[in-house]
Amino acid sequence: MGVDRRKFVKIAGAAALGLTAAPPIKLFSSETEEKADTSLCNTATDSCVCKPPEVDPVEQGLKKDPTRWAMVVNLGECRKHEDCKDCILACHETHNVPDFPKKKDEVKWIWKEQFSHAFHEVENEFGDEELNHSPALLLCNHCDNPPCVKVCPTQATWKREQDGIVMMDWHRCIGCRYCLAACPYGSRSFNYRDPRPHIKEINTDFPTRMRGVVEKCTFCDERLAEGKLPACVDACKYGCLTFGDLEDADSKVRELLHSHFTIRRKPGLGTQPEVFYIV
Amino acid sequence: MIENALKGGKRYWSWIAFLLVIIAVGGLYWLRQFNEGLTITGLNRDVSWGLYIAQFTFMVGVAASAVMVVLPYYLHNYKAFGKITILGEFVAVGACIMCMGFIFVDMGQPFRITNVFLHPSPNSMMFWDTVVLMGYLVLNVLISFVTLHSEKKSIAPPKWIRPIIILSIPWAVSIHTVTAFLYAGLVARPFWMTAVMAPRFLATAFSAGPALLILLALILRKNTKFDTGKEPIQKLAIIVTYAMIMNVFLLLMEIFTAVYSGIPEHLDHFKYLYFGLGENTALVPWMWTSAVLAVIALVLLIVPQFRKNETLLIWGCIAVFISIWIDKGMGMIVTGYIPNPLHTVTEYVPTFPEVMITLMVWALGGLIITGLYKVALSVRKQLV
Repeated sequence: MGVDRRKFVKIAGAAALGLTAAPPIKLFSSETEEKADTSLCNTATDSCVCKPPEVDPVEQGLKKDPTRWAMVVNLGECRKHEDCKDCILACHETHNVPDFPKKKDEVKWIWKEQFSHAFHEVENEFGDEELNHSPALLLCNHCDNPPCVKVCPTQATWKREQDGIVMMDWHRCIGCRYCLAACPYGSRSFNYRDPRPHIKEINTDFPTRMRGVVEKCTFCDERLAEGKLPACVDACKYGCLTFGDLEDADSKVRELLHSHFTIRRKPGLGTQPEVFYIV
Repeated sequence: MIENALKGGKRYWSWIAFLLVIIAVGGLYWLRQFNEGLTITGLNRDVSWGLYIAQFTFMVGVAASAVMVVLPYYLHNYKAFGKITILGEFVAVGACIMCMGFIFVDMGQPFRITNVFLHPSPNSMMFWDTVVLMGYLVLNVLISFVTLHSEKKSIAPPKWIRPIIILSIPWAVSIHTVTAFLYAGLVARPFWMTAVMAPRFLATAFSAGPALLILLALILRKNTKFDTGKEPIQKLAIIVTYAMIMNVFLLLMEIFTAVYSGIPEHLDHFKYLYFGLGENTALVPWMWTSAVLAVIALVLLIVPQFRKNETLLIWGCIAVFISIWIDKGMGMIVTGYIPNPLHTVTEYVPTFPEVMITLMVWALGGLIITGLYKVALSVRKQLV
């Protein structure tokens, strides 16, 4: 009896070994692309750790510590240029966001969505038809209380303490897509397939992703680290996008929030979005 | 003991071979998914969880349902469940492994799964679900093998196993409660935002699980010398009946809250399930099938004459199982995403490869349960 059991365990063990041998073989074949990815991302990871130099706030006495980055989108102005896609193109080119032929594989960081969808809770059937059908610019809200961060089982997405940016680690993400379920704004995308063949021109200053991980807007943390504005803000030639520090009472964003009536998406959920809209 | 799973007659091996073929074919599709990504499934940016996660949810229920034989037998010393308890525990073992299988095939980067343990995140319900499911698997493997081993030697189980058995009772409840918490606390998904989710999960688990157990016991009776006798089957049937009544009751509570309040964010999901939204009606025929089967099941189970007739009971159990499988294994997850947070509709239909991979995991569970049942029956010398 004992021998039988030992024999069985041996057979089972050998079978299990056979099963586990396949994955490493697979992994080796994709090692090169993984490596390339890592080397590229090291720069991005470094930048995650250090404080944006432009805003060394305490030393310069210009801004408060911690910083709280926010964006104000002037929809009224943006609406006048319905066909303009400068911000979207700038963002997607900078960040190697793929352009898939099929909508079901879609990955997007910033995009235009019909106002009545983006703000469906304030839609009014007798309201301005033009407004309801006009495009609203959507991106990650970098919530002060981000539901996506709460659900991540590996802390592959987290809120950066010093400036409130909701960050992503594409090397840790296991692709469970729990954050896609948790985000009330539909701001997250999953790489259902390898994105690299679908990037028009690879920007070597920024990492590409591999299939099976989640990605989204990061408020251009890599540009902020160099003291630059986010790519979308930089690209808008009509000045519809304003970026700044909410902790700084003299910042442009605070001024706009003070002088205009602004709305945020789904404020009732308590997520405290950091993207504000002037309608 | 366990080597008995490798001995068997022609019919045993044909069944094993059948399951292995499904696993092999599904495995090929999984390799394709591993190479190309989840793009070969019907999942998309709006509906990012589908068949895999839904099957996972359903299987957690099947796993938890073992408690419905364990509790009466060990806690209340209900002797009639003596023969059937091990069957329930082995189903739990198979179902737990299937749960893990469904999670594994759903992941974008499956070989990074260790990250869940390298970077433990107590904030995430998924972390806790992994912990409780693993624990439940270990508990059931330990309990079933220790008790079966004692049975083989015709001695009483060791004393130290009893507290572990008692622990497995609340643990079973915990696995399905935590699984409900995966969904029920998400601000983004009003359809899942219901305190009734965990109780209803338990009701569906305690009806579909024991219904499966009745069917398995009757299959064994037909094909082997194993016979539980009438009493435990009837007792299980009563458990199925009460749990199914609770399930339908809780579903009606959900519908009342959504319909009477009329809040579009809640109501529209139910509209999608039972009537469709515009031209998007993929789930409508399924959900009505589920509803009709639930009514048939209740009639067959509640009327004592029907329930006591084993042929009708079989149909009642099949109706319960399919009705809940449609509700939980198809409707419940996908509808959380339809309409999406922008209140627009993207539909989801599983693809053929996705269905094959799902069947692979089911066949794997079938294989494990078959092997374990073979072991149990060999120990009791109740084979043909």
